[in-house]
Amino acid sequence: MYAQMIKSEASNEDPAKLEAFQARIDAGEKIEPRDWMPEGYRKTLIRQIGQHAHSEVVGQLPEGNWITRAPTLERKAILLAKVQDEAGHGLYLYSAAETLGVSRDELIELLHEGKMKYSSIFNYPTLNWADIGAVGWLVDGAAIVNQVALQRTSYGPYSRAMVRICKEESFHARQGYDAIRAMAFGTPAQKRQAQDALDRLWFPALMMFGPSDAESVHSEQSMAWKIKVKSNDELRQQFVDQTIPQIEYLGLDLPDPGITWNEDRGHYDFSEPDWSEFFNVIKGNGPCNVDRMADRKAAWDDGAWVRDGLLAHARKKQAANLAAE
Amino acid sequence: MKHEWPLWEIFIRGQHGLSHRHVGSLHAPDAEMAVKNARDVYTRRNEGVSIWVVEARHIAASVPSEKGPMFEPSESKIYRHPTFYDIPDEVGHM
Repeated sequence: MYAQMIKSEASNEDPAKLEAFQARIDAGEKIEPRDWMPEGYRKTLIRQIGQHAHSEVVGQLPEGNWITRAPTLERKAILLAKVQDEAGHGLYLYSAAETLGVSRDELIELLHEGKMKYSSIFNYPTLNWADIGAVGWLVDGAAIVNQVALQRTSYGPYSRAMVRICKEESFHARQGYDAIRAMAFGTPAQKRQAQDALDRLWFPALMMFGPSDAESVHSEQSMAWKIKVKSNDELRQQFVDQTIPQIEYLGLDLPDPGITWNEDRGHYDFSEPDWSEFFNVIKGNGPCNVDRMADRKAAWDDGAWVRDGLLAHARKKQAANLAAE
Repeated sequence: MKHEWPLWEIFIRGQHGLSHRHVGSLHAPDAEMAVKNARDVYTRRNEGVSIWVVEARHIAASVPSEKGPMFEPSESKIYRHPTFYDIPDEVGHM
C-alpha cells in the first residue's frame, strides 16, 4: 500500500449530518468535492491521498537511478516510460487532494518539512539491474493489489484517479516481471542476482500494506467511510497468494522458509515481516531516507527559477495582450 | 517569489465524432503550457485527438446541496420518454 499508518480523525459534527453522510457511503454513492463532508473525512483523505501522491513521486528516484545504466536501449525506453508514468500518477493524486481544499505546494512543503510521509518501500536502495525488475514486479504488483481495491473508495476524485492509475500500472508490473524473467532464465550469475533481489525486496514489499489491522487504531473509521476498502492483512494475503506461483515459474527459491500452502484456509501461510524494521524506516532511519529527501528538496529548489520564470513570462504576455486590446 | 501556477481543467476528445470529456486537471503558467502538459499527462497512450484547457476558476457549477430542487422537476415528467406511449403492434416500428 502506498499509504501506510494514516491517522484518521474523529468528527464532532452534527450527528444528523454525520448519519446522512454515512448513509450515502453505505448506499455506495460517491462523495464529490463540493458535497458536505465531515472534517475528519476531509483531513484523513488529504493525508492518505497526499501520502499516496508523495510515494509516486519519490518512487521515481530508485528507478531513475538506473535509466542511464539500463542493459539495452529497449529496456531504457521502457524504464523511462514507466518513470514518466509515476510522475503522472503523482499528478493525478495531487489533483485529487487539491479538490479537498489543500494546494499541491502546501503538500510538497509538508513532505519537505517531514510532516508528511511516503511509502517505506522507497527508502530501500536499488543496487543492481535485477532490483529494477523486482521493483516493477513486486512493488508495483503490491501497489496494484491496493489500488484495484481503492477504485471503489468513496471519494469520487480519488476513485477516478485510481481507475486511471490501475490501467497504466499493469504495464509496470509486467515490464518488471519480464526483466526479472530474463535474468532468472539467464546465466547462473544473472539468476543469482534475481534471487538476491527477490530475497532483499520480499519483506519490504509485504510491509507496504502496513502493520496488521489488529494493531492499527486508524483502520476502523477509514473502513466505515470507505476511505480504505480492504484491510491491510487481506491485501497482503492477496499479494502473497498471487505472487508465489510467479516466483515458482521463475524457478527461484521462495524468499521465506515460512511459506507453505494452507489447505484449510485456501491461502499461503507466510512469515511476518520484521515490524521493528518497518517502524525504524518510517521514523527516517531506513537505508535511503536521507538521500531521498535531499534529492526531492534539491529538485524542488533547483526548479524554482523555472517555475517563477514561466509564470513571469505568462503574466508579461497577458499584460501585453490586454494592452493591445 | 512564491506563486503557484493556476489550476486548469483538461478536456479530451477521445475519437473523432465524440465530444470532449473532462479527464482531470493540472497546473500550468498559461494556456499554451497547459495544452503541452495535458498532452504529456493525459494522452501518453493514444487517448485523444484534441485537447481543451480551461482555467478552473472560470468554471461555474450548480450547487450540490440544491441537487433536489434543481433536477427533481425532470423526474416526474415521464411523458417526455418514448416508452411512455403504447403504439399498437399493427402500426409497426416507430
